[in-house]
Amino acid sequence: MTYAAKNLTTGGRELIAFRVGDQEFCVNIMAVREIRGWTPATPMPHAPSYVLGVINLRGAVLPIVDLSARLGMKPAEPTVRHVIIVAQVKRQMVGLLVDAVSDILTVRDEEIQPTPDISSEFEKSFARGVLAIEGRMICLIELEAVFPRQEEREAA
Amino acid sequence: MDMNEIKEIFFQECEEQLAELESGLLKLNDGDRDPETVNAVFRAVHSIKGGAGAFGLDDLVSFAHVFETTLDCVRSNRLEPNQDVLKVMLKSADVLADLTNAARDGGSVDQARSRQLIKELEALANGEPPQTSAAEPAPKAAAPAPAPVATPPLNEEGFQPVAFSFEDFEADETALIEATCYEIVFRPKSELYAKGNDATLLLRDLSRLGEMSIHCDMDGLQPLDRMNPEAAYFSWKISLKTDKGEDAIRSVFEFAEWDCDLDITLADACTVDANEELPMQPVPFDLSLLDEAPAGSAEEEEQLANRDRDAAVSAAETASNVLQMAQSSTRAPAEAQKNATAAASAAAQQAASAATPTIRVDLDRVDRLINLVGELVINQAMLSQSVIENDTNGTSSINMGLEELQQLTREIQDSVMAIRAQPVKPVFQRMSRIVREIADMTGKSVRLVTEGENTEVDKTVIDKLAEPLTHMIRNAVDHGLETPEKRLAAGKSAEGTVRLTAKHRSGRIVIELADDGAGINREKVRQKAIDNDLIAADANLSDEEIDNLIFHAGFSTADKISDISGRGVGMDVVKRSIQALGGRINISSKPGQGSVFTMSLPLTLAVLDGMVVTVANQTLVVPLTAIVETLQPEASAIHSFGASQRLISIRNSFCPLVDVGRILNFRATQANPVEGVALLVESEGGGQRALMVDAIQGQRQVVIKSLEANYTHVPGIAAATILGDGRVALILDVDAIVAASRGQSLKPEMSLAAAG
Repeated sequence: MTYAAKNLTTGGRELIAFRVGDQEFCVNIMAVREIRGWTPATPMPHAPSYVLGVINLRGAVLPIVDLSARLGMKPAEPTVRHVIIVAQVKRQMVGLLVDAVSDILTVRDEEIQPTPDISSEFEKSFARGVLAIEGRMICLIELEAVFPRQEEREAA
Repeated sequence: MDMNEIKEIFFQECEEQLAELESGLLKLNDGDRDPETVNAVFRAVHSIKGGAGAFGLDDLVSFAHVFETTLDCVRSNRLEPNQDVLKVMLKSADVLADLTNAARDGGSVDQARSRQLIKELEALANGEPPQTSAAEPAPKAAAPAPAPVATPPLNEEGFQPVAFSFEDFEADETALIEATCYEIVFRPKSELYAKGNDATLLLRDLSRLGEMSIHCDMDGLQPLDRMNPEAAYFSWKISLKTDKGEDAIRSVFEFAEWDCDLDITLADACTVDANEELPMQPVPFDLSLLDEAPAGSAEEEEQLANRDRDAAVSAAETASNVLQMAQSSTRAPAEAQKNATAAASAAAQQAASAATPTIRVDLDRVDRLINLVGELVINQAMLSQSVIENDTNGTSSINMGLEELQQLTREIQDSVMAIRAQPVKPVFQRMSRIVREIADMTGKSVRLVTEGENTEVDKTVIDKLAEPLTHMIRNAVDHGLETPEKRLAAGKSAEGTVRLTAKHRSGRIVIELADDGAGINREKVRQKAIDNDLIAADANLSDEEIDNLIFHAGFSTADKISDISGRGVGMDVVKRSIQALGGRINISSKPGQGSVFTMSLPLTLAVLDGMVVTVANQTLVVPLTAIVETLQPEASAIHSFGASQRLISIRNSFCPLVDVGRILNFRATQANPVEGVALLVESEGGGQRALMVDAIQGQRQVVIKSLEANYTHVPGIAAATILGDGRVALILDVDAIVAASRGQSLKPEMSLAAAG
């Protein structure tokens, strides 16, 4: 959290950083509703492989997405040590299964570097830039690109 | 509260007033000549006009005004509310509703229709010696002016030039000279102030009409310690010299009319004192009115004491009057029952409903409450379960506490559900309009009889009921009922009857729509089904099966597409929307005697009776309404059919087996049916299927949760629910499963992957 503290006075946008496998990602903090532990999900028939199922979030049915599988990496094997980030994407709520939440970052827009040119179209579609922080590379992802809106899904 | 919220409240009130208006007119139509009914109708239009005026909804105001004027003729017995008059008025009520909706949603209205009705209303109002209405310029402008020139015919745009007459101006001038004097006694009631009106403002408006002198009558004033801060004690005697008519004076008090006593009399001589300051003068406060006032002669004190006594007596009288009224109103229902006359009981019911205070609540708030209670129920179940699992051998106090909690939760759930419950009355009332319109269009004479309007159902069910009902009513009048000539020829009365009934039956609401028409023409239906390749030409069908054919898509018995029906929305849509509500629809028809459609619907969409089952280690819920019976298949009853199909023989008929786990992709191979349980279900198409599940856990009421809110529609799954252990269980969409077993694949519509 040292970096966050350093930047608090300068302002800028706040991001939540988390670990998926051996990579780090971050999303805008405004989209994050809560962070909770893993609970077994009810599998959904005919769901894509990265949809682990649905859980009960205080009475609402919340789909859980394995972010690792969604981003084309090795599917996670959820354990009690895994974390679910409950995020709001447009008008829907979705739970992201990640390995751990690492940081809250405050960054200025100019600190966000454009996505390197070597990326494939798939990575480019959800990556909004990269951050270099204390020797780490953190990829800023756009949730709306990862989970297209319902209407678009239906149109697709 | 901003303007839009106030406007929203106005429109909500409008809806109530429109309902009141329509039910009042229908009562008048049935021969009710109670002045109170006429008043209620008048009041409804008047309030709409008042509110609309405040929001500047000019179209609405001008129409309501003409309507009101005609109603006023009825109110003052200058116009007999016969069938013809009421026909116009019911139509006007419809137009008023349209105008209100248009004002709310910004839609357009059939201008020609409202213009036509304005003319008819005015004609009715002018049927009697017309009243001078100098103060109301709106109708004067709209009314055909008594122009000496012959009115030219309407041109294509419907524009009618009106000859301009200067006579009015001259008349005004002469009137100015011949001003008349009025004595006005204005006695406000406390309601006037309660509604935010101000006597001072009314008096000020009045002063604008001409020269005025005003005298405040303080006789009603009580001693200070007896004063009710919300009561009205003053009245005013006003002498007004004005060139405007009595109507102008009345229009000043228009919005206070119900909340004050107003006497307007023509005075012989004017007592207007020009020197007097208008409109209000400081009134010296009489300290002697105070009980402890040291000053005052013995005479005065005696007077004061008398006054106190009088006041006390009158207060006691009022109180006893109120008490009597209250007693009579509570006694009324009992007496009505004794008399058992329909009219009396209706009146008593109305009195009872009028006496119940209500509040208007945002539906979102109720939904939130229902969600929270759903959570409470789940938590309560979780708690009980963990106590049982921990098996502390329950100290009896814990068990007792849990039991009490369970009972309380159930009671809370019931009462919360009851908040959303509403009588089906508004939907039924809307239907009377539909009947009127269709009857007009088809030239048939139809009477709509409604029963059980006060039967209560969840608001969401009511909202979704309107569409299928409208369609069925249209069908009943258009197809079901014969023309008057045919009816007479068949020995029936020329007027057809459509009966709409609602009642509760074993936790569901049953709505019946019956007509006394010709019944379903089975020959024609059969022929049509053969033409459409729905059935084979030589198919042997029972009468019921033929009747049920009309629920097939694209099936219409109408010979030609009429304005009313046959627009491609058939009974199949009706059936589907009823099924979407978790209901069933049945039809029974007797040739020559009419048809009866019976709909059975759940009381609420928030909870569902379900069978909790296990499939491939997953817990699923099957709606109880879909299940006909459950059975344990024996090896001898299972027959293979082709490569993968299996049938189960039940009482000598063969029914396809459907492995739920396989069809939902929960397992790769079909489970052994002998190890499972078969749920015999009936689906939309009427076909039976045996759904194979691994085990039945039990039967339970579950709270329905939307999957679509955060996820997407999943084929084969209707919704989700939350079980006692806090986990999500899926509710099976039986129709989709059965359709899938017929070969239509449950294709994954999830295309999240499409982005990747």
